[in-house]
Amino acid sequence: MGLPAIPIVSDPGLDETVKELTPEKIANVVNRILDNETAARFKVYMKTCVHCGLCSDACHWFLSNDRDPRFSPVGKVKQTLWEIIRRKDSLNPAFLKECSRIAHTECNVCRRCSMYCPFGIDIAYMIMVVRRICSELGMVPQFLQDTVNSHSVTQNQMWVKQDEWIDTLQWQEEEARGEIKTARIPLDKEGADVFYSVIAPEPKILAQLIGNIAQIMAVAKVDWTMPSFDGWDNSNMAMYSGDFETMGRVERYHHEAALKLKARRIVMGECGHAFRGAAYDGPKWLGWRQPPIPLIHAVDFYHELITTGRIKIAKKFETPVTVQEPCNIVRGRGLGQKLREIIAATCEDFRPPDPDFEHNYCCGAGGGAINCGPPWKTSRVKGNRVKAEQLAATKAKIIITPCHNCHSGIEDIVGGYKLGMHVKFFSEILMEVMEIPDEIKV
Amino acid sequence: MYEFVSGPLVWIAFIVFVSGMVYQFVTMLRSAKKDKVIYPYMSLKYSLRSLFHWMIPFASRNMRARYEVTIVTFLFHICLILVPIFLLAHIAMFEFAWGLKWGALSQVAGTYMTIIVVLASLFFLIRRLMMPEIQFVTYPSDYLLLAVAAAPFFTGLAANQQWFDYQTTVVVHMITGSVMLMVIPFTRLSHMLFFPFTRAYMGSEFGAVRNAKDW
Repeated sequence: MGLPAIPIVSDPGLDETVKELTPEKIANVVNRILDNETAARFKVYMKTCVHCGLCSDACHWFLSNDRDPRFSPVGKVKQTLWEIIRRKDSLNPAFLKECSRIAHTECNVCRRCSMYCPFGIDIAYMIMVVRRICSELGMVPQFLQDTVNSHSVTQNQMWVKQDEWIDTLQWQEEEARGEIKTARIPLDKEGADVFYSVIAPEPKILAQLIGNIAQIMAVAKVDWTMPSFDGWDNSNMAMYSGDFETMGRVERYHHEAALKLKARRIVMGECGHAFRGAAYDGPKWLGWRQPPIPLIHAVDFYHELITTGRIKIAKKFETPVTVQEPCNIVRGRGLGQKLREIIAATCEDFRPPDPDFEHNYCCGAGGGAINCGPPWKTSRVKGNRVKAEQLAATKAKIIITPCHNCHSGIEDIVGGYKLGMHVKFFSEILMEVMEIPDEIKV
Repeated sequence: MYEFVSGPLVWIAFIVFVSGMVYQFVTMLRSAKKDKVIYPYMSLKYSLRSLFHWMIPFASRNMRARYEVTIVTFLFHICLILVPIFLLAHIAMFEFAWGLKWGALSQVAGTYMTIIVVLASLFFLIRRLMMPEIQFVTYPSDYLLLAVAAAPFFTGLAANQQWFDYQTTVVVHMITGSVMLMVIPFTRLSHMLFFPFTRAYMGSEFGAVRNAKDW
């Protein structure tokens, strides 16, 4: 078909592992996963897909790579699963390496394609089956596997030790008290209204976000707590690598930490994939119909604080803003409307993106893609040109991204395509516009 | 030959079709039990909401974006289902065999609807050949399935218009019709059976679990 060659990226996670694979090992894993782990959905989807290609236009990878058919959702399934099934017992190691590249680094499992398939085939689920097979064979990009190893050993994504965690919280409490007298980060408080959890990159590299939340909680007079022990990290990269055993363990720790503190509900920081793990993928794997205690995303929480008047807006944010609607909370939880409402309440000049709400394009970083690390950054940024064009068309200056993956992914795109825009979490906007009563001001 | 294709072959085709569909349906329900999320997540309200949006032309975003495919697909499927059931010649056969009778399409409507199926098949074929993203995921079986679906309509039209030797065309028509019926349950033509269920599950998950739309 005369398609351009896909640049070769060296990644020790794949290049070294491939040397240890044999056709027998591969066949063992493939047969085990396909015979024992996949059931109705997988089989029915395989029988139902009529190869119509109508899912193609849903995918930012396909659109951004000049409509290269290898990047269409069904194209990715064809290059991986269809081949796996066709050549079940004679799969060579090099092919598995291709599968990992496609499934781990060139799909964000954002599920936009599910909204384009006339039959409602969950193509992201099919890609997750491929990741599961790859993960069972150790075929995972190195940076992604490293975060999974960290989850497995330390119960958090970034090798944060318990003393470092507590130390960071105390440091941020001090910072917050520099602004607001009553700001506290209550540790291990039993029976609090809110159990607040974050992703591990917050204490590791974005600690001021925790200081910010301490100020927001103080202004809104929220009865809250954070655990001093494991289970504070709500992120979950094992969910995306295909290591579902570790994924289940991480989710259980998170929910159990909140249960141990007898919290009334869990409020999760501004992260989409973490929410996906805690709200559905984790419970599904653990066999829970629902998470054991109510769990809400930060957007939901801010909406509640603003609409009930617990936080008042002193002055609206003036710079033109647009929004990146994270797949896992908008397409994944229907929070699009609430997100619009909190932006309307806090910002003067909102420029909606097109398409938006459930149909907004993925940031290109989610689904574990950004966690595959620097080797894959070039292809990732290239694979999301449509996002850059969409953002540029809004002519906004600030992009609000209530999700860590979106935040980092959009920053890469802003840099890569020289958009001259800035990315902010919603909490950063809130910090600038909320009214701080004089009696608690330092 | 005519006796065989209009008698036992039709019987065989219907038996294979019905029992094949029942087999696929039962297999699906049983494996859905193994797939632990299906039954707990299924919701009638959201299943119907999703089906509603995907069975009305242009009620979903993708259908609006690909309007030509939407128009052709709807016409193709409507005609493909109605013509075999409501064609006067078919009803006459049923009446002759079992004494059953129901309302028929007019001759002109039947002919035009058959032409629509044939032209739509041609549209799908051209689309498959011309568009790189479809060509890339096309196997020989895709052409074969299209041919299987189009053949009874083309031969039916040929018989009706007496283009070739009538007796031969009718025999070929009956054979291709029977083949199509028989392969439906065992090929991707089984989307006829699975479509409401895959759509319903996706609608349920998007609606009940994810509080979002899936169109």
